[in-house]
Amino acid sequence: MVEEIGTTDEGDLIINIGPQHPATHGVLHLVITLNGETVRKVEPHLGYIHRSIEKMCESLSYRQFIYSTSRMDYLSSHINNHCCAMTVEKGLQLEVPERAAVIRILMDELTRIASHVLWWGAMAMDIGAFTPFFHAFREREMINDIMEETCGARLTMNYMVPGGVQFDLHPNFHRRVKAFVKQLRNKLPEYDELVTHNAIFKSRTKGVGILSKEDAISYGCSGPTARASGVDCDIRKTYPYEGYEKLQFEQAMSTDGDTYSRYLVRMVEMRQSLSIIEQLIDNIPEGDFQAKTKAVLKLPKGEFYSRVETARGEFGVYIVSEGGTTPYRIKFRSPGFSNLSALDHTVRGQKIGDLVAIMGSFDLVIPDIDR
Amino acid sequence: MFLKDYFNDIAQAVGSLLSGMRRTGYYFTHHKEIITEQYPDNRATLVLPERFRGEVVMPHNGQNEHRCTGCTACELACPNGTIKIVTKFELNAEGKRKKAVDAFVYHLELCTMCNLCIQACPTDAIKMAQSFEHSVYDRSQLTKILNKPESKLQEGVE
Amino acid sequence: MWSFSKLTDLIHAWLYETFSPAWALALEMVMVGVAAIGLFAMLGLVLVIMERKVSAYMQIRLGPNRVGPKGMLQSLADTLKLLVKEGMTPNGVDRVLFNLAPLVAMIAAMLLLAPIAFAKDFQIWDLNIGVLYITAISSLNVIAILMAGWSSNNKYSLLGAMRSGAQIVSYELSAGLSILTIVVLSGSLQISDIVTSQSNGWWIFKGHIPAIIAFVIFLIAATAETNRAPFDMAEAESELTGGFHTEYSGMKFALFFLAEYINVFVVCAVGATLFLGGWMPLHIGSLDWFNHAMDYIPSSIWFFGKTFFLIFVMMWFRWTFPRLRIDQLLTLEWKYLLPIGMVNILLVTVIAILKWHF
Repeated sequence: MVEEIGTTDEGDLIINIGPQHPATHGVLHLVITLNGETVRKVEPHLGYIHRSIEKMCESLSYRQFIYSTSRMDYLSSHINNHCCAMTVEKGLQLEVPERAAVIRILMDELTRIASHVLWWGAMAMDIGAFTPFFHAFREREMINDIMEETCGARLTMNYMVPGGVQFDLHPNFHRRVKAFVKQLRNKLPEYDELVTHNAIFKSRTKGVGILSKEDAISYGCSGPTARASGVDCDIRKTYPYEGYEKLQFEQAMSTDGDTYSRYLVRMVEMRQSLSIIEQLIDNIPEGDFQAKTKAVLKLPKGEFYSRVETARGEFGVYIVSEGGTTPYRIKFRSPGFSNLSALDHTVRGQKIGDLVAIMGSFDLVIPDIDR
Repeated sequence: MFLKDYFNDIAQAVGSLLSGMRRTGYYFTHHKEIITEQYPDNRATLVLPERFRGEVVMPHNGQNEHRCTGCTACELACPNGTIKIVTKFELNAEGKRKKAVDAFVYHLELCTMCNLCIQACPTDAIKMAQSFEHSVYDRSQLTKILNKPESKLQEGVE
Repeated sequence: MWSFSKLTDLIHAWLYETFSPAWALALEMVMVGVAAIGLFAMLGLVLVIMERKVSAYMQIRLGPNRVGPKGMLQSLADTLKLLVKEGMTPNGVDRVLFNLAPLVAMIAAMLLLAPIAFAKDFQIWDLNIGVLYITAISSLNVIAILMAGWSSNNKYSLLGAMRSGAQIVSYELSAGLSILTIVVLSGSLQISDIVTSQSNGWWIFKGHIPAIIAFVIFLIAATAETNRAPFDMAEAESELTGGFHTEYSGMKFALFFLAEYINVFVVCAVGATLFLGGWMPLHIGSLDWFNHAMDYIPSSIWFFGKTFFLIFVMMWFRWTFPRLRIDQLLTLEWKYLLPIGMVNILLVTVIAILKWHF
């Protein structure tokens, strides 16, 4: 057992970061090889929160399996549910009513902002500033309240169902979302003051953990992590779904590929999401919020795949159907897993403090990696 | 030139740090911005939205009647096996044997509040309650029987 | 001006009248010791609750608000809890060093209280090399941290201790240089002399810009020397969990914690003494009516007011800034603070020789 010896043959120190460690945001276990303060190697050990969701889904019906995906990437549970519902709709060749599609986009973008706001606080905390974490929760709380009112839950909503959404929007939804958009627009400059422009934060992140475009592609990174390296990979732009093609928004991009640009890409994405919400909130079409579906859903024999852009990157659902009421096989493509695989490459040669900063900038959610 | 850059760097860094300190200083002096909710103390004024999903309940009317026919649609819809319906046969007014619910067993400890049972129910017999303080000392207390003792099916519900 | 010296002289005279000189001296020592430990405990309690309240308000929270009025007794409850906890010594540690380290940290912090003038004529030991004594003793702290880190048999602790060693040793230079500027200006190493030299204005006002620069450098170096954020390399919670005190629990941990806060208090007290006049009220040149009005405020209030202001500034730093990386920390010291400090002390010397200061 290499852990028990504690040092390698070259005299490098081996340290277990995690499964219980403040910087891993969960039960990720990193075995790192240290030469002094410099990280030689990072070896992620997975499986501490594996719940075999994919296997579980094989025994659940097409209505039932959606709820379990909220428990994977719990910070973008709406978007995960959305992707599952979309895949089932693809199999059923079901048209989603226009109103339902707009509600879905609104919820997705709210979730994305909630996730990014929390990430902002957690990233600052990784780097050692505690105060932003609490400020972030102020805005996140507003989104949670909106979700609670319309969807009935704060974190694992299970709001998307095949054919639309479970409930119609709450009458207070417009007012609350508008208040939230105004609040976040006011507070984003404060975020910049506290963290973005901070000289210490800049020196901690600029030029640290550079992930080149080629590496980002070859490790299969997606989402803000890859876009910061200049990979053009926003699913909302490249493979638009649910009417994203009709919306005006920019793909947040950077070419530096360092921790600071990953940070900036997410900050820009928050503003983009705000503008998407502003475009839609006054133009929600009237109509049904749910298409008529049969009580028991049966997908035709075949394979179905659809993908969405979650807060962390590309999330895909692959369903193999034998024509029954339950899927024959389900595979989830989660963004966190691929992004984590680039960690070792990015961290090598950096300091141990940088490891924490880089992990923060990858925005890893551990249940998303392990499933 | 080198010296100029050197001092420029310092000035910019100090400026950025001071602006951060101004922000925290602002919050330090403006106590109105505090957002803490003192939870157990504000129980009396705590309002949860009507859609909030806390636990499954079965409403009964004044005559101790519920609307559950024991069709087990919710049991089938539940992804976790949270609901177990025990049925019995009852004689109705015309003397016919009819299926009725004997015990609507609800395992709160297994429930994920996904709302699928409520959506599946054809007679609106169950609904979500807003209570959320579920902690108990013994796990067996989380297994609940939702239909009250001696309760009957409401007239006219098929 | 009201002074403690009458009271202390009275006690001194009474003791020497009633007892033989040896016993009187011993009794005085005991009294001073008890007073120091009492102050120590009080400061710990006050500073912990202050830190928690300051951080809470900056983080738009309420902070502790359950124990006592507005939560003011929270730190007492915490202390009680730490006292009754089991003093664990994990397997595989170096038992002697492991148990000795908190005591060393504590003793080093306590020794620092000796030369500080808490009020007019109220000082435990007014030795003629007071400033030198403080710089010397404050570097003992690193020994305790290295001891704790090494004996814990834990890699996080070891890394934290090594970081802390590098950090404290390098920041001592800057702290020393900025203390030296005041020594140059006042021409004395004795604390009481330095305070009296500020009777017509504090050094931060009299010493022109170099004194302000020295003050800023001192503040940064002091923050670094006491291992507080943004320089809390030794603990670095998100990187090294607890740093050098990862393996400590119960009262042993509390001693480290207490020692940290006492160190904060002492460096702030030194800063207040050197730059802000210690217990000396705010005097402006020859504005007699103003100086007179200021004299009515007791000297102890002046001293504690200034010290707690500096402590508040350090807490403000801590709850605003992210943490530096270890190499950036050393870069800041060797590339910025030390050169600036050196040029600064040259300027101050010129000012002092030409008598440009007020």
